[in-house]
Amino acid sequence: MIPEIGHFSLILALLVALILGSVPIIGAARGNAVWMELARPAARAQFFLIATAFICLAYTFASKDYSVGYVASNSNSKLPLQFRIAAVWGGHEGSLLLWAMILSIWTVAVSVFSKHLPDDMRARILGVMGLISVGFLLFMLVVSNPFERLIPAALDGRDLNPLLQDPGMIFHPPMLYMGYVGFSVAFAFAIAALLGGQLDSAWARWSRPWTTMAWVFLTLGIMGGSNWAYYELGWGGWWFWDAVENASFMPWLVGTALIHSLAVTEKRGSFKAWTVLLAIGAFSLSLLGTFLVRSGVLTSVHAFATDPRRGLFILVFLVVVIGGSLALFAWRAPTVGRGGKFSVISRESFLLANNVLLAVAAMSVLLGTLYPLFLDALGLGKISVGPPYFDTVFVPLMTPALFLMGIGPIARWKNATLPELAMRLRWAFAVSVATALVLPLLLGHWTPMIGLGLFLAFWIFASSVHLVRQRLAGDRATLLARMKSVPRAWWGMVIAHIGIAVFTLGVTVVKGFESEIAVRMLPGDVAHLAGYDFKFEGVQDSIGANYTASRGQLRVSKNGVERTVLSPEKRLYTVQNMPMTEAGISPALIHDLYASLGEPLEDGAWSVRIYHKPMVEWIWAGAVLMALGGLLAISDRRYRVRRKNLTEEKAVTKKSVVKKAVVKKPAAKKTVTKKVSAKV
Amino acid sequence: MKLNLLVRFMIGFFLLQSVLASAEEARPLQANVVVEAQVQRLSEELRCLVCQNQTIADSHAELAQDLKQEIREMAAKGMTDQAIIDYLVARYGDFVRYRPPMKSSTYLLWLGPFVLLIFGAIGLVMMLRRREKMPADKPISQTEARKVRELLDKE
Amino acid sequence: MKRFLLPLIIFLVMVGFLAVGLHLDPREVPSPLVGKPAPAFDLPLLDQPEKTFSPKQMLGQVWLLNVWASWCVACREEHPLLVALSKAKLVPLYGMDYKDTRAEAQQWLNEGGNPYEANAMDIDGRVGIDYGVYGVPETYVIDKSGMIVYKQIGPITEQVLSNKIMPLVERLQAQ
Repeated sequence: MIPEIGHFSLILALLVALILGSVPIIGAARGNAVWMELARPAARAQFFLIATAFICLAYTFASKDYSVGYVASNSNSKLPLQFRIAAVWGGHEGSLLLWAMILSIWTVAVSVFSKHLPDDMRARILGVMGLISVGFLLFMLVVSNPFERLIPAALDGRDLNPLLQDPGMIFHPPMLYMGYVGFSVAFAFAIAALLGGQLDSAWARWSRPWTTMAWVFLTLGIMGGSNWAYYELGWGGWWFWDAVENASFMPWLVGTALIHSLAVTEKRGSFKAWTVLLAIGAFSLSLLGTFLVRSGVLTSVHAFATDPRRGLFILVFLVVVIGGSLALFAWRAPTVGRGGKFSVISRESFLLANNVLLAVAAMSVLLGTLYPLFLDALGLGKISVGPPYFDTVFVPLMTPALFLMGIGPIARWKNATLPELAMRLRWAFAVSVATALVLPLLLGHWTPMIGLGLFLAFWIFASSVHLVRQRLAGDRATLLARMKSVPRAWWGMVIAHIGIAVFTLGVTVVKGFESEIAVRMLPGDVAHLAGYDFKFEGVQDSIGANYTASRGQLRVSKNGVERTVLSPEKRLYTVQNMPMTEAGISPALIHDLYASLGEPLEDGAWSVRIYHKPMVEWIWAGAVLMALGGLLAISDRRYRVRRKNLTEEKAVTKKSVVKKAVVKKPAAKKTVTKKVSAKV
Repeated sequence: MKLNLLVRFMIGFFLLQSVLASAEEARPLQANVVVEAQVQRLSEELRCLVCQNQTIADSHAELAQDLKQEIREMAAKGMTDQAIIDYLVARYGDFVRYRPPMKSSTYLLWLGPFVLLIFGAIGLVMMLRRREKMPADKPISQTEARKVRELLDKE
Repeated sequence: MKRFLLPLIIFLVMVGFLAVGLHLDPREVPSPLVGKPAPAFDLPLLDQPEKTFSPKQMLGQVWLLNVWASWCVACREEHPLLVALSKAKLVPLYGMDYKDTRAEAQQWLNEGGNPYEANAMDIDGRVGIDYGVYGVPETYVIDKSGMIVYKQIGPITEQVLSNKIMPLVERLQAQ
C-alpha cells in the first residue's frame, strides 16, 4: 500500500511540476499576475508530494518490505536501521528520488525567500526549476521507478554494498546532492534573467547567496567523500580522479568561478555574459555528472547499474536543458550589455584571470575524463587517463590561480598599479619564499613540488595577514569595534581563502613527507615508522550486526611512552560474502597514524601496512574553513532584508527594478561608506 | 642449596630468553626494499584490469597480485621502468597505463589544457584591451545627482 | 553573436561522442596481440602431465584456443556451445585451463562434457598474462602461420559464433 501511495505521489508531483514549469513562465511573458502567482503554491505542492514519496520509500526500507524490487536489491534484514534509511539513496532509482526531493526543497526555499524579487523574475525562476523537476520525475516514472513491485516478493534483500555501510553514506550523498542541485537555483536565475532581459547588479546580488549556499554544500559533500574514502578504502588515498569524483569537482571549479564572477557583476556591473555562462555551466556539469554515473559510458567505482535506455533518456534531457539554455544564451547574451570600464591591472582583471584559470581547469578535467571515450568512439583504441595525467595537468593550472589569490583582494577596483601591489606585498612574498626554502630542509627533504606547495600556501597566509591588518587599521576605539565594522562577507572571503591555503599546505606536506611500511607481524613483533614503535598484539575475532571480523591490535609508542592503540579490522559481510577492511587510524592535526590489516600468512603472522601521514587532516580542515567562509558570506547583513524595506518595495511597481536597487541602498549604505573610510 | 639456586637461575635465564625472543622486529613483507620501491612506484601507475577503478597497487584481485609478482621478478632482474611498462603494454595495450602515452592520438589530451590556457590568456588580454578603449563612465548632471540624493534619503 | 554560439557548438560535439559512447563497453580491453604471433609456451596437459602442448604443434592449421577455468561462472554459459562445436568437427578446439587444479578441472569436464582436443594447464597464470588474459573465458582464433587473428572476450554466443568466428575460420582455412 505504502509503495503505491509513494508511486501515486510521484505521478501527482509530475503533474504539478508540469504546471509549475509552464504556467508561470508564460504568465511572466504575458504579464499575467494570476498565472505568475501560481508558482509559489505549485512549488509548495510539489515539495509536499515528492517528500511524501520519499517518506514512503524510506518507510518501505525501514519496514523491510522486500516486495519492492529496489528495496530487495539494496537492503537486508540484518542491516542496521540507519543504513536501511541511507540505502534509500544507495542505488540508482532511489538516488534519483533523492535528487528530485532536494530539488523540490530548493524550489520551495526559493519560493519562500523571494519576496524581494520582482514577480516576473520569481515566476520564471520557479518555472525553470519546475521544468528540471519534470525531467527527473519523468525519468523516474518511465524507466527508473523505485516503487516497482517484485513478484514474487523476495524473502530477504541482497544487502547494501558493504562499502556503503558507513556513516559516510548518511552524510556524503545528501550533502553532495544539496550542492549539485543547488546550482540549479543559480541556473534558474540566469535563465530567468536571459528570458526577461534584465541582467544587472540587483540580479547578481539576489543570486549570490543561493549560489554560495550551493557551493558550501558541494564543498562539504566533496570533502566528506574524500575523507570517507580515506578511512574506508584502507590504503590512505583521498582523491583518485575517478570519473565520478571529477563529475563533482568540475561543478565545484565552475561554481567557484561563478561566485567570484557574481561578486564583480554585483559590485561593478561587469562580466554579465560571462557570469550567466558560468551559471549555466555549473549546473550543466552537475547534470553531465548525473549522466556519466548512470549511463554506463564510463567505468567508475560510483557507477550505478547501467542501462542504455536510461543513458539515452538522460542524454536527451541534457540536450534539451543544456542545449536549450546555451541556445538561449547565444541568442540573448549580446543584449545584456557590457558594464563598467576597468583597466588592465585592476581587481576586476585579476578576478577575470582567476575565472579563466578555473574554467580552463574544469575543461581540462572534462577532457581527461572523456578522452578515453573520444578515442574509443573514433575507433582509435582504448586508453586510460588516471591520476598521473590529472596531477600533471592540474597543478600548473592552479598555481597561478593560487598566486592571484594573494593579489586580487588587495588590488583596487577599476584601477590598480603593479608597482604599488608589489610594494605592498613584498613582505608576504619574502616570508613565503623563505618558508618554502627553509621548512623542507628542516624537515629533511626538499623537492620543487614541496617548495611550490609551501610557497603558495604561505603566500596566501601572509598576504591574508597583510590584508587583515590593512583593513583593520583605523582610528576606531577597540580592535573588536574595528572587526565588527568590517562586513561579514569580507571575513567570509578571508576565511575561505585561508581555507584554501590550509588545504594546499595539507596536500603538500602529506604528499611530500608521507611514509609507509608493509610488514609481516607475529603477535609480539614490533615495527618502526617515523619514530614510532608499533607492537602487534595479535588478532581477535568478533561479530557485528551483519558481519564477522578479525580485529587486530597495534600498540603505538614513542620513546617507550605509549601513545595510542590502532585497531584495524578485516571484515566479512555475510550476505554478499564480501570482504572489507576497516583501517585503524589515530588522527591528529600534526599527523595521522594509519594501519590496515592485510592477509593472514602461513605461520600465523599477518601482513600489515602502516602509514605515517603528516598533516593529512589539514586537507579536510581546509575544506571546512572554505565552507565556513561561505556561510559567513551568506549571513552578511545586506542579505537580511528588513521588514521596513519590504513594505516600501511592495508599494513600488513591478517594472521599476532599478528603483528597487536604489531603495535597497539605505540598508547597504552604512557598510558602503564604512568601507570607503576604512580603505583610505 | 647451591643446586637449588643454580636451577632457579637457569629457569630464570631461559624464561628471560623466551620473553626477549618474542619481542621481535617485524620483517618487511618483501625482502628486497629497493626492488619493492620500484614495484610500488610502477604499480601505482598501472590499472587493474579486473576492478578497473584501482591501481594494481591497491587492488586485491588475483590478477593484480599476479601482475605485481611478475613486475617484482622483472625488477629483480634489473629491468628499467620503461621496459617493464612496455612488457605489460605489449600484452594488455595502453589501457593498462594510467599515465596515457604520448602518441599522435593523445596529443590533444596532453597539449589540450595548455592550448586552452593560451586561448584563455589571449582572450583575456584582448578583452581587457577592449575595455580600456571603452568610453569612461559619464559623470551625472546636477539634476540627476539631486534625484539620487533624494532617493537615497527616502529611507 | 558568433562567439556566443561557441559553448553550444562545443556542447553538441560532446553530446555526439556521448551518444556513440552509449553503444560502447568501456570495460572491454581489446587485445594488442591481434595480428601478432601467438606467444610461445610449453605447458603440461591436463590428463597426461608427462606430455606437453605448444602452439608450435598447430602450425599449418587454423585452430581455436579457449581459456577457461572450473571456478568461472561465465564459462558454463558457453560450454554447451563449445561441445556442439567440437562435435561438428569444423575447427580444432584446444583449451587452456587457467589458475585451476587438475582435480576440479577434470570433474568439471566430466560433468559438462569435454569439447577439447587437449587441455594445457596454466596453473600459475603466467601464460595467461602473456596472452593478455584478464577475465575468463577468452577465446583466440589462430591461423595457419600461428598468428592471432581474433580474440573473443567473454563467453562465445550463438551470434558471435555464426557471425564472426565461423566466417573468419572458413576464410582462414581457405588460404
